[in-house]
Amino acid sequence: MFGKLTWDAIPWNQPIPLVAGAVVVLAVFAVVIWVVLKGYLPYLWREWITSVDHKRIGVMYTLLGVIMLLRGFIDAIMMRSQQAIAFRAAGYLPPEHYDQIFSAHGTIMIFFAAMPIVIGLMNFVVPLQLGVRDVAFPTLNSTSFWLTATGALLVNLSLVIGEFARTGWLVYPPLSELPYSPGVGVDYYLWALLISGVGTLMTGINFVTTILKIRAPGMSYLRMTIFCWTALAANLLIVAAFPILTATLGMLALDRYLGFHFFTNDAGGNMMMFINLIWAWGHPEVYILVLPAFGIFSEVISTFSGKPLFNYRSMVAATMFICLVSYMVWLHHFFTMGAGADVNAFFGISTSIIAVGTGVKVYNWLFTMYGGRIRFTTPMLWSLGFLVTFTIGGMTGVLLAVPPADFLLHNSLFLVAHFHNVIIAGVVFAAFAGITYWFPKAFGFKLDEGWGKAAFWLSLLGFYVVFMPLYVAGLLGMTRRLQHYDVAAWRPWVLVAGIGIVIMMAAAACQVIQFVVSVRRRNELRDATGDPWDGRSLEWATTSPPPPFNFAVLPNVQGAEPYWGIKQRAIETQQLSPEPKYEPIEMPRNSPTGFITAFFCTMTGFALIWHIWWMVALGLLAAYAVFVWFAWRDAVEYSIPAEEVARYDRERRRAREQWLAQHGGQPA
Amino acid sequence: MSSWAAFLLQRRPLLWRVSAAPIILLSLSNCSGGVLDPQGPIGAANAKILLNALGIMLVIVVPTIIAILIFAWWFRASNTRARYRPDFVYSGGIETVVWGIPILVILFLGGVIWIGSHDLDPFKPIASPAKPVEVQVVSLDWKWLFIYPEQGVASVNELVVPAGVPVHFSLTSASVMNMFFVPQLGTMIATMNGMVTQLHLAADKPGEFYGQSAQYSGGGFSDMNFTVRAVPQDAFAQWVATARQSRSALDRSSYLALCQQSSNVRPFTYREVDAGLFNAVASQQLPPCPGPNIERAGATVRPPPER
Amino acid sequence: MSATDTPFERAGDPYRVGRSRDWVSTGAGRGHVYATGHGEGGPASKRVIVGYGFWIFLLSDIVMFSAFFAAHAVLQTATAGGPSGRELFNLWSIVAQTAFLLVSSFTCGLSAVATEARNQLWTQVALLVTGLFGLGFLVLEGRDFAGMVMQGAGPDRSAFLSSLFAVVGLHGLHVSAGLLWLGTMMAQIFVKGFRADILRRLVCFNLFWHALDIIWVALFTVVYLIGLGR
Repeated sequence: MFGKLTWDAIPWNQPIPLVAGAVVVLAVFAVVIWVVLKGYLPYLWREWITSVDHKRIGVMYTLLGVIMLLRGFIDAIMMRSQQAIAFRAAGYLPPEHYDQIFSAHGTIMIFFAAMPIVIGLMNFVVPLQLGVRDVAFPTLNSTSFWLTATGALLVNLSLVIGEFARTGWLVYPPLSELPYSPGVGVDYYLWALLISGVGTLMTGINFVTTILKIRAPGMSYLRMTIFCWTALAANLLIVAAFPILTATLGMLALDRYLGFHFFTNDAGGNMMMFINLIWAWGHPEVYILVLPAFGIFSEVISTFSGKPLFNYRSMVAATMFICLVSYMVWLHHFFTMGAGADVNAFFGISTSIIAVGTGVKVYNWLFTMYGGRIRFTTPMLWSLGFLVTFTIGGMTGVLLAVPPADFLLHNSLFLVAHFHNVIIAGVVFAAFAGITYWFPKAFGFKLDEGWGKAAFWLSLLGFYVVFMPLYVAGLLGMTRRLQHYDVAAWRPWVLVAGIGIVIMMAAAACQVIQFVVSVRRRNELRDATGDPWDGRSLEWATTSPPPPFNFAVLPNVQGAEPYWGIKQRAIETQQLSPEPKYEPIEMPRNSPTGFITAFFCTMTGFALIWHIWWMVALGLLAAYAVFVWFAWRDAVEYSIPAEEVARYDRERRRAREQWLAQHGGQPA
Repeated sequence: MSSWAAFLLQRRPLLWRVSAAPIILLSLSNCSGGVLDPQGPIGAANAKILLNALGIMLVIVVPTIIAILIFAWWFRASNTRARYRPDFVYSGGIETVVWGIPILVILFLGGVIWIGSHDLDPFKPIASPAKPVEVQVVSLDWKWLFIYPEQGVASVNELVVPAGVPVHFSLTSASVMNMFFVPQLGTMIATMNGMVTQLHLAADKPGEFYGQSAQYSGGGFSDMNFTVRAVPQDAFAQWVATARQSRSALDRSSYLALCQQSSNVRPFTYREVDAGLFNAVASQQLPPCPGPNIERAGATVRPPPER
Repeated sequence: MSATDTPFERAGDPYRVGRSRDWVSTGAGRGHVYATGHGEGGPASKRVIVGYGFWIFLLSDIVMFSAFFAAHAVLQTATAGGPSGRELFNLWSIVAQTAFLLVSSFTCGLSAVATEARNQLWTQVALLVTGLFGLGFLVLEGRDFAGMVMQGAGPDRSAFLSSLFAVVGLHGLHVSAGLLWLGTMMAQIFVKGFRADILRRLVCFNLFWHALDIIWVALFTVVYLIGLGR
């Protein structure tokens, strides 16, 4: 009746997952009960769960990502602490657990922490920077978010019901095939990613269409912000790469469920093909993460240096160059699989070439600072930390791109240190910079600077203390994913890394404290005008938070850095531009489609994992029914009357006029 | 601490942290036991390329990082001496340099990559007057089997080779993908079921080296290390003779016993080896070794292997 | 651009591109006097947006098919001692399937003509015929598959057969989904008439159906024609 699912699926005799699971389940229940008792449920349903507003969806994505970042970080703490004590000892995590933990760590961090944060920031910011009201397909956007949440839910469910994959985050066959992974772990992985992959692909389609077809009047391509360019490049990569992931994981699912032989050892299966296909997705994936991060840094460095971005067109060229070349480097992930010298050399050279594009960007940021008036706010500190640290990480990447060097360092802790170097300095620092930078726009008050700076310095220090020793350990020959080890030479470095993780825990604590303190002090930290940083792009023209329709009247873009131009004219003439003519605005209605579809997809995914076939059929049928029901809608939009638009916008103008009168043109 | 150091610490604490990294890395040039302490020609060549590439990259990276820190500090808003130039947003000269210098470096590095990849191709034999020793390697769950086809013996979890003589490895896997890696001897190579990869390594002098799998392969992976002993020629002949006195022989049935998943296997030897065994494993005449629970395996074409 | 430009003027063209001089004095007026088609005329119309988005989706779908085609190229010869394409393919069935798909594409085009004319009856008839030919395609394909499985040449026999069933089956899945969509569209047109959003969806359906035909041509060539030569 319930397929393979029995009460034994719950880890009764394994204290760590049992207790962890119980804590999480209780916490979730507590939150749900509190929400219901306080009467917040209707508000949450109406304003957030069924919202198709890109700003709300962006916040939810980012929140999901941050929570999963914490979960992935806990996995990291467990890994580092296990390795710190497991020198000629068993440690506290037996291999069955440790192997799930490092697999979950990678999977969660890439798919459910980094991707959602990046997509969340793009969601929130891109339509505002383009000067428009929403993305191309708002309801699809909501569905994308909820499908991603489904994937996150399934992965986390594996902690309490069943197990997770014990294969590493990329489930290489034959280890991930049925004979060597007969449990449900790999199935949890497969369905979580297949489902959330659909969501991500839809995001890609949504944003490519938005950026190319929906911009404010007068905004030509070269008048878009650089963040929008990097968002375009990342979403083009999503559209071109995620289908490969879907195909490859689909093939593995066919192997496991229907006895196909794509990657099995026997009957002609080819495991090398999996590795090629998965990295053909995998390399563009890391650029999907890092290109928007570069965009965030471009915005932050430009704003806090008080200068336009240096060499904007070169930045655009470098971005699109990286976008294209990222498809031509995938083999550098497996130089040691024996492809031969010609092939290895080709991909080594193409990998080095892509470093040129990134190098150009670093120099453009450098010269953006040159001649600027730099304000060391928290986002700017994150950017400086990134510039220095990412340069080191990029360098070690180029070292690994040389096949003879990779022959020594593949899969070692040197590799682990390299990719954490670029992902933490690149994506994670950008996440915090972007969140701090756009937080006031989203919520109407800034984050506390003191705690933000503390979090930055501790993160920076913690990163170096964890990962520099890992570079050394890799050079000493230590390979990755070891549950215990006996080589004495590695021990001091692993211990130092263990200390480093404690520093990062302190940093994480500072982040949490920063949030709590900021909420408490929100009246002091209030952003009255909507432009707390003396910004240069269009999102700072709106109030904080912006109204659902973003702009009362779509701005007429009259040059690059449109908002800066508007501001300079206002300062020159000491008055705002004349009041525009207000008209009613049509906005898309909220829809529960995304949430309900995701609910049935969760059900279907869970049923597929546990082989509960009737539930699979039911879930698919219900998902189709939801699709038809949504398609049957007659009222898709609602109208905001002109008077309301006018009232709202006049208030915004009053706040700006006040600021202008008080400050007469000095930056806020 | 000198006042210069104090100045740096106050003004630019980042600089300390940052310079620590390459300094540590560089000071490891003689760090024993790892890939920067090679004991064979392949490892030495690989390490040389690594360090050369590092040197080339540091030439770019160090000035860049210094420039980042200096610019950030000099152009801080409170520095009234710095000239605010909000119009400085484009420079053809700078553009030429920032595209040009990396391209030149990459061209050079590209040459290193092309030549290095060909010289150090694992398939390429080592030039040496001595005739190479043949070793056939099978990675199992979770131990290593080393077959010496010319000597007719085999060993588990211990690889004994004569020093100063090139060794030609033919590698395959009995089950999942692994990676044969002896850090101090150099290049690693994957092992895969149904396929044969090749590797050439040599140890210059006698010594004992750590070997491991560099590709996670399941629960017993952490114990999947082995010892490599490079010994003088006569000691090698001695070891072969001793091995020929071992208790067990490696034939199909003892291979199938070895197939069962086990870890932490203490090294032992086989006194004789079935001649076609390695090829039978590599060509899948002997089916892949089973995983943890044979009943749950998916539908296969061949009959399940004998227990 | 000179040093005496006001900050506002400088702000408008910080990179001295110089192309946008016409904006300077119009204040809060129009940005550009012309829409160059590069999105500078403001947000595109819904019809353009929906069509464009669907094209991007189709491109992503083609990428997914490409991955399966690539797998098939690699696994073509991995017959593991089992039957190869030449022994298995029933050429007449495949020709019939191709004919059915081509005809259904044609009738789909006819339905688009009827839609332009806002003719409810002929639109439904043409869509129905499209659906029937699509269904016929699926029936023939299903029979082929069943036959192969009966012969012991199912997808679990060898990697080549796995790849064959997967790539052809993926296309069949898309056709099935298309038929479900078709039925829904027919119902919608019947109940709601030729409303603007339904017309946009019909455009998308047409694109989808024709794209499936194009993919079939590629499939037919790579899998069957080339496969027969082995």
